[in-house]
Amino acid sequence: MDELTTVVRDYIIREYLEEGDDREITETTLLISGGIVDSFSMVSLKRFLEKKYSIRIPDADATPDAFDTVQRIAELVRRFQTVASSA
Amino acid sequence: MSNLPAYQELTANFDWSIAERELGYKPGGPINIGAMCSDRLCDLGLANKVALLWEDCQGNTKRFTYDDIRVLSNTIARFLCDLGIQPGERVCLFMDRVPELYIGFLGILKTGAVAQPLFSAFGEESLLVRLGDAGTSAIITQKKHVHKVRKIRGQLPKLRHIVVVDAGRAPLQECETSFQMDQAPRVEQFPVYPTTAESPSVLHYTSGTTGQPKGAQHVHYSLISQYLTAKWALDLRPDDIYWCNADPGWVTGTSYGIIGPWSNGITQVVLDSGFNAERWYGFMEKYRVTVWYSAPTAIRLLMKEGREVAQKHDLSSLRHLASVGEPLNPEAVIWSQQLFKKPFHDTFWQTETGCIVITNLPGMPIKPGSMGKPFPGITATVLDAKTYEPLNQPGVAGLIALRPGWPSQVRTYWNNETGFKAKFKNGWYLCGDRASIDADGYFWFMGRDDDVINTGGHLVGPFEIESALLGCPGVAESAAVAKPDPVNMEVVKAYVTLKPGFEGSDDLELEIMNHIRKRLSPLAMPQEIEFVDSLPKTRSGKIVRRILRCKEFNEPVGDLSTVMDD
Repeated sequence: MDELTTVVRDYIIREYLEEGDDREITETTLLISGGIVDSFSMVSLKRFLEKKYSIRIPDADATPDAFDTVQRIAELVRRFQTVASSA
Repeated sequence: MSNLPAYQELTANFDWSIAERELGYKPGGPINIGAMCSDRLCDLGLANKVALLWEDCQGNTKRFTYDDIRVLSNTIARFLCDLGIQPGERVCLFMDRVPELYIGFLGILKTGAVAQPLFSAFGEESLLVRLGDAGTSAIITQKKHVHKVRKIRGQLPKLRHIVVVDAGRAPLQECETSFQMDQAPRVEQFPVYPTTAESPSVLHYTSGTTGQPKGAQHVHYSLISQYLTAKWALDLRPDDIYWCNADPGWVTGTSYGIIGPWSNGITQVVLDSGFNAERWYGFMEKYRVTVWYSAPTAIRLLMKEGREVAQKHDLSSLRHLASVGEPLNPEAVIWSQQLFKKPFHDTFWQTETGCIVITNLPGMPIKPGSMGKPFPGITATVLDAKTYEPLNQPGVAGLIALRPGWPSQVRTYWNNETGFKAKFKNGWYLCGDRASIDADGYFWFMGRDDDVINTGGHLVGPFEIESALLGCPGVAESAAVAKPDPVNMEVVKAYVTLKPGFEGSDDLELEIMNHIRKRLSPLAMPQEIEFVDSLPKTRSGKIVRRILRCKEFNEPVGDLSTVMDD
């Protein structure tokens, strides 16, 4: 697991799992469809990513599908890091 | 084609006794929703019919017949009685959409206790307010949620029992009991408590502009209109496979996710999963869903994912589509017509009405964007906001009002009779929404008439958010208002002034958002926070949310004579 993926996973465990909820979060654990993060909470997760990585994720790209696993979130961040660095 | 006669014929000859007769209820006799939704169906020969097909996000499935839900609700009822739960006591259901939630609801009612369902995403502060107000005696929950209950347990002296349905070998604390439905000895016979029409049944908390959430108390007679509206407005028929997306933590999930379908002897499917377009369409295809009751927010999320996802699935089983929670925009009606070859039928109602009151009945011509017409037996109008007299002028906006007296009308607010009485003016019940009526009698929703925020079909009270905001670092004062949103219709926006020494920043904004999400719920979390130097106030110092709301909606603010110059 690379650093970006680890940061995203650790943030989700810290902020979105209830205290005492011992479910394992891997790169492929379903977050939105698995009921760990809902579509409302996605907004604060998006805000965290934008702040942490100095990127802007357009609302059109912030879909439940794009946020459904740590892996997909990391891919999304990398895509917009590339956009930011080439701008 | 619908099996209903024309609208005029229905309304002219209508009487709620139609439902009483069909349900075998004799006025003055016992009526218990728990038994009416399980034992009665078995007595009618449906014992082996499937009542519930359940699936979770991992693809695990469970299947329950009407005899299963009869016996298992008996089992839960017996367990609660053995704990010492008495008729009239409040028993909270605080779970995800697991079978124990649905069947436990019937079990609680069979004991004569009052079911108090709460949304499992609620944080400890939301939970504390609602359990404290209701004086709840027991809460049935899951291992993943019990920690929220433990945090507030010491502040709830009336809470005697915490029941965990999936504890397994996890250690439990004082007053906590493990109950595993599938391992408990099955109770074939249980003496159902003889509740009558006006016996309290369900307590659902709903938000208002002022004060903390109010407990809307319903009674067992509500079944009469919940049964008939499910049959007519949702067009439920014996061979249907029905899917209601709503969580039973909210009124739609109990009135039409439990009582409506099961009193009609319908097979319903439940997906215990968050939103995922592929999974949702796949679920409907797999179970050959025929009637789908959803919400505009979900429909708009599906629209956002694109029609290609839907077209990969065979959804030809869908026969009737309906929607609730907020106005269904015309684009969504047209989208479903194009994609599913049938429109969504908008339905309007709220926690206090207990059942659908204004709707597009099956077979009725749909005007995209309209709420439809009053359900038979419901007298609805729009009132002048000053005189509370019916407007009787097509196209003129007024307050949506209902003539009291339908079976599932809320009977009171728990501990708050004054707040309940304030909902009535001039002999009408005020819904708190504005609409106009066109020349054909169709209602057209205009918006809320108060400061309550309708987000994703759920009402969120500004007072509760503002109270919680005061617990955030640096927050001096705040105002929570609605902000328009393309998917959720409205989302929460907070205007915040900070204490000396604090400065607004991205970090502070995220900290505040996460604080509210965890303490209250994701729905209540402000999706935007604007740090300001001051808030608009009246001369007596009351914050005027209306001005901020108008700013968000680009609407004129109206009379400002009582607002202080700043």
